[in-house]
Amino acid sequence: MSVGVFRAMGLILRRELRLSFRRPDQLLQPLVFFLIVTTLFPLALSPLLSLLRDMAPGVLWVAALLSSLLSVENLFKSDADDGTLEQLALSAQPLGAIVIAKTLAHWLVSGAALVAMSPLVATALAIPTRAFGTMLASLALGTLTLSWLGAIGAGLTVGLRRGNVLLSLIVLPLAMPLLIFGASATDRAIGGESPAGALYFLAALCVFTSSLGPLAASAALRITLE
Amino acid sequence: MPWFFVVAAGMIGYGLVDGLVFAPPDYQQGDAFRIIYVHAPSAWLSLFSYSTMAFAGAVALIWRIKVGYAVAAAAAPIGASFTLAALVTGSLWGRPMWGTYWAWDPRLTSELILLFLYFGVISLRQAFEDPARGDRASALLGIVGFVNVPIVHFSVYWWNSLHQGGTVMRLGKPEMPGSMLWPLLAMLCGFMFFFGAVLCMRVRGEILLRERQATWVREAVQA
Repeated sequence: MSVGVFRAMGLILRRELRLSFRRPDQLLQPLVFFLIVTTLFPLALSPLLSLLRDMAPGVLWVAALLSSLLSVENLFKSDADDGTLEQLALSAQPLGAIVIAKTLAHWLVSGAALVAMSPLVATALAIPTRAFGTMLASLALGTLTLSWLGAIGAGLTVGLRRGNVLLSLIVLPLAMPLLIFGASATDRAIGGESPAGALYFLAALCVFTSSLGPLAASAALRITLE
Repeated sequence: MPWFFVVAAGMIGYGLVDGLVFAPPDYQQGDAFRIIYVHAPSAWLSLFSYSTMAFAGAVALIWRIKVGYAVAAAAAPIGASFTLAALVTGSLWGRPMWGTYWAWDPRLTSELILLFLYFGVISLRQAFEDPARGDRASALLGIVGFVNVPIVHFSVYWWNSLHQGGTVMRLGKPEMPGSMLWPLLAMLCGFMFFFGAVLCMRVRGEILLRERQATWVREAVQA
């Protein structure tokens, strides 16, 4: 019995989504984490709205980065623990396609949900409404890139007992250009300038990681699964 | 290998004496510019070591040549040390020139990221109980992290940076008089030879460590 690649990817995507909706706590944790981290900044720094507006893009992006990192740890972990991942790797489908499906599912439940929630946080941080479009676009591109980077990191650390600290050590340096351009795009939009340059750069990073990320992540999985 | 050390010592010795004593002071920066004779070669070598490490890792992954892993493992700590040296000398240079030890400037930040990448590669290798898997995983991370190397190198041109632009590595004539340039080039070559010598030494150690069960190592140790 042979199943086409796209059908297999669709099946895995559906399986992943169903699994995450069966465990709503895991689904909500990164989002609640995102909310809490962004709440901490006004408490720790100053509730002054003008000051908050200046820092809001950075706060948003750091929170998004950390919450994506938090959830990506589970990308391969439970499947690796019960042996599903090995079965998937041994199956006739290319491992890269499986990685793509799993990463897209991860992005849908963490990244896209985070993007959907960001206007709420942005209003609380006094980001003007005219910057919302840029912010949503930059976060959407950025969280997808983060999911790919996270997939590489998670693939490299999946067999390790204390992999979570190592995962951040691997992913955070790679994510720094993303943070710079993401925050500057939103910053420019708030200041009324054109954010096009930074957005193009984010899109380029997104395309780059989407094309090479699956290759790197599946190579990483092959190494750690052997 | 002893030859590498001899050449390195000779060139670094000449570069230090000529650069620190005989080269004329810079018209803008005075004598403080002399730190370039340590800073620029360290920064160059920090990138060169990373490229060596990534290349050796790629060779080992693709053609399954075990020496490649030994080279990659040996190059990582050397490269991390050069990166640290470049950051420290740079911040000492920045204090009199920019009035601050540290600025969040693209080049400085990307060099710092390079240091973190080295840490990631080194600790990923050590995190695996099975050394062969650690080797392959860290080689892959080294290749993935290689995207940072051109970013560090070109950051001065791409962004308006506090860091001064390149003065030596460019097409055409270097923007530096010969009396300043020659010691710098000597230091650069000297650092390269020093890197080669230390790398050979560390690779030898790595191979002996990795092959400690092999007969030829036992014979060599007993002899």
